[in-house]
Amino acid sequence: MAGHRNKGNPGFMGWIDDRFPATAMWEDHLSKYYAPKNFNFWYFFGSLALLVLVNQIITGIWLTMSYNPTSEGAFASIEYIMRDVDYGWLLRYLHSTGASAFFVVVYLHMFRGMMYGSYRKPRELVWLFGMTIYLALMAEAFMGYLLPWGQMSYWGAQVIVSLFGAIPVIGPDLQQWIRGDFLISGITLNRFFALHVIALPIVLLALVVLHIIALHEVGSNNPDGIEIKEKKDENGIPLDGIPFHPYYTVKDIVGVVVFFFVFLTIVFFFPEGGGYFLEAPNFEPANQLKTPPHIAPVWYFTPFYAILRAITFPLFGLDAKFWGVVAMGAAIAILFVLPWLDRSPVKSIRYKGWLSKIALLIFAISFVILGVLGALPATDGRTTVAQICTLLYFLYFLLMPFYTRMESTKPVPERVTG
Amino acid sequence: MKKFLIAIVMALVPLTAGASSGATMPLDNIELDVTNKGSLQRGMTTFVNRCMGCHAAGYQRFERAATDLGLPPKLVEQYMIFDQQKKIGEQMTIAMQPVDAKTWFGNPPPDLSLETRLRGPDWVYTYLRSFYKDEARPWGVNNLVFPDVGMPNILESLQGTVTLRCTHEEVLHKGTASDIDPLTGKRIGGCLSVDAGTGSQTTEEFDKTVYDLVNFLAYVAEPYKADSHRIGTYVLIFLFFFFFVAYALKKEFWKDIH
Repeated sequence: MAGHRNKGNPGFMGWIDDRFPATAMWEDHLSKYYAPKNFNFWYFFGSLALLVLVNQIITGIWLTMSYNPTSEGAFASIEYIMRDVDYGWLLRYLHSTGASAFFVVVYLHMFRGMMYGSYRKPRELVWLFGMTIYLALMAEAFMGYLLPWGQMSYWGAQVIVSLFGAIPVIGPDLQQWIRGDFLISGITLNRFFALHVIALPIVLLALVVLHIIALHEVGSNNPDGIEIKEKKDENGIPLDGIPFHPYYTVKDIVGVVVFFFVFLTIVFFFPEGGGYFLEAPNFEPANQLKTPPHIAPVWYFTPFYAILRAITFPLFGLDAKFWGVVAMGAAIAILFVLPWLDRSPVKSIRYKGWLSKIALLIFAISFVILGVLGALPATDGRTTVAQICTLLYFLYFLLMPFYTRMESTKPVPERVTG
Repeated sequence: MKKFLIAIVMALVPLTAGASSGATMPLDNIELDVTNKGSLQRGMTTFVNRCMGCHAAGYQRFERAATDLGLPPKLVEQYMIFDQQKKIGEQMTIAMQPVDAKTWFGNPPPDLSLETRLRGPDWVYTYLRSFYKDEARPWGVNNLVFPDVGMPNILESLQGTVTLRCTHEEVLHKGTASDIDPLTGKRIGGCLSVDAGTGSQTTEEFDKTVYDLVNFLAYVAEPYKADSHRIGTYVLIFLFFFFFVAYALKKEFWKDIH
């Protein structure tokens, strides 16, 4: 174990290592953490998620220095940051664009896991910690979006908080408890600020540590979905493994440069992201008496918002809104049990049968269509499409135990392929 | 997999949000140029002389505008700040109190600092050129882009009085008076026509005045935009070259991995 290695060495690091497992930790997680050598494009998004998290925390700290979390001062303080704080516009755009970038990389990271079966035994906990990160991230993003106190901040929060009101019996009281007031007000803004800058970042960081510790305990999966630890050399090093540092650190730098090129192009030249990263109504201060004509959540919530709106019929004496909330919750909850739905003898999509491949493709397309629909005002035609896509979304999971067992799989290679 | 990537790209491509909010009048397009300091200076002059009676640009400081637009501070203090108590470092606020404004106009005239980001520069450009005579309204004018607007046509002495010559349906089809025929580049008759001899500027001159004003408002909405584009360009150039360094480093480290 970490605590018993590297003892009694001379020099400064020796002194440290006698008292703290610095070198041991460095080795366990970087220089002697053996990752499969066949990581492809999709494996950049884990380290990129960490990069964006660091970006959010650092820019967030600096934004906090000039932000005023009151309903009277919040909107003006954002403009103060944008105009009067040196490079404040850059800090703010890095943070606002970073929020969208976070969801882009996290969605791609999750999709990678779904493609290559990274949630399968023995990585169930890696997946569960990851899903919990995703949940915390949604809460973090939702609360952060209220802070600029623009029209869309206000009415978006109003819509999302009102969802809790759909829960029978306790709903209205729960809603009021979350807001701390009878409507979204400065009190709500204050508590969302506290949760956004302290509570949820602590939770997120703790979960990221758990996610990585769990991952490094079992080792990384790879595009072939085979366990590299089953084939080791005489020193106990996986034959298909290479030390994370320096191999993947130098490789990830390339990914970081490409990511930064795209990310910073948006930050410096298109910070509104076509009205999807910063929505136009948010350039007007929150007004409780004026509802915007079209309230759309930020793009990263739109797939689930579309699922919510797709439920238009009451059931068992409970109204459609309640079932919409249930469907939306279930759409996220069902991802948690993914490791136990997949019964395929192989992990990776490469060796699964065509049923699994088609199912994953339909799932991905449905998710994207739901995302587009959630950003648009509902019409009868769009609601029908949303209902079909919602059905397909759930069928991907609910039928998984059957189609993953039915189909014939391809033989899995002994060693990783390119 | 390719299909999925394409799907993702499609999801990120900006869709025309709000396009479904019913039939609205087509807006005239404005090509902003925040590097055109002459235009911005003329826009600021129009803004402080004609708009700032009622509208503030409360997040913008006079001094910042003077610096960015290349106006000597002395001149700004002398000709653009009408409140003797106000220092040049202060924001472009107005004396009218929101409470009074609500009594007088029904709604306080909004702060215009972020107007072009809220409604878009095309909207503001078209709106300011779409007033027409309507005796039924308190100020004797109505607006095609903003029906039953609470604001008078403050630029009327420049533009002249305007007559509406179309039905509502025709307006939706034709747009404003300043339609440009895409084939000939010439002005074709729209729905609005200026009553001859009522304004001090020709239609072309007036369009230019409004252009300068909207250009200035767009500057006020994002005074850091020029900085952002300048720094961004250097950053992207650096990243472009650094990519090759990073890629060469990766190649070097990975040459023994097969």
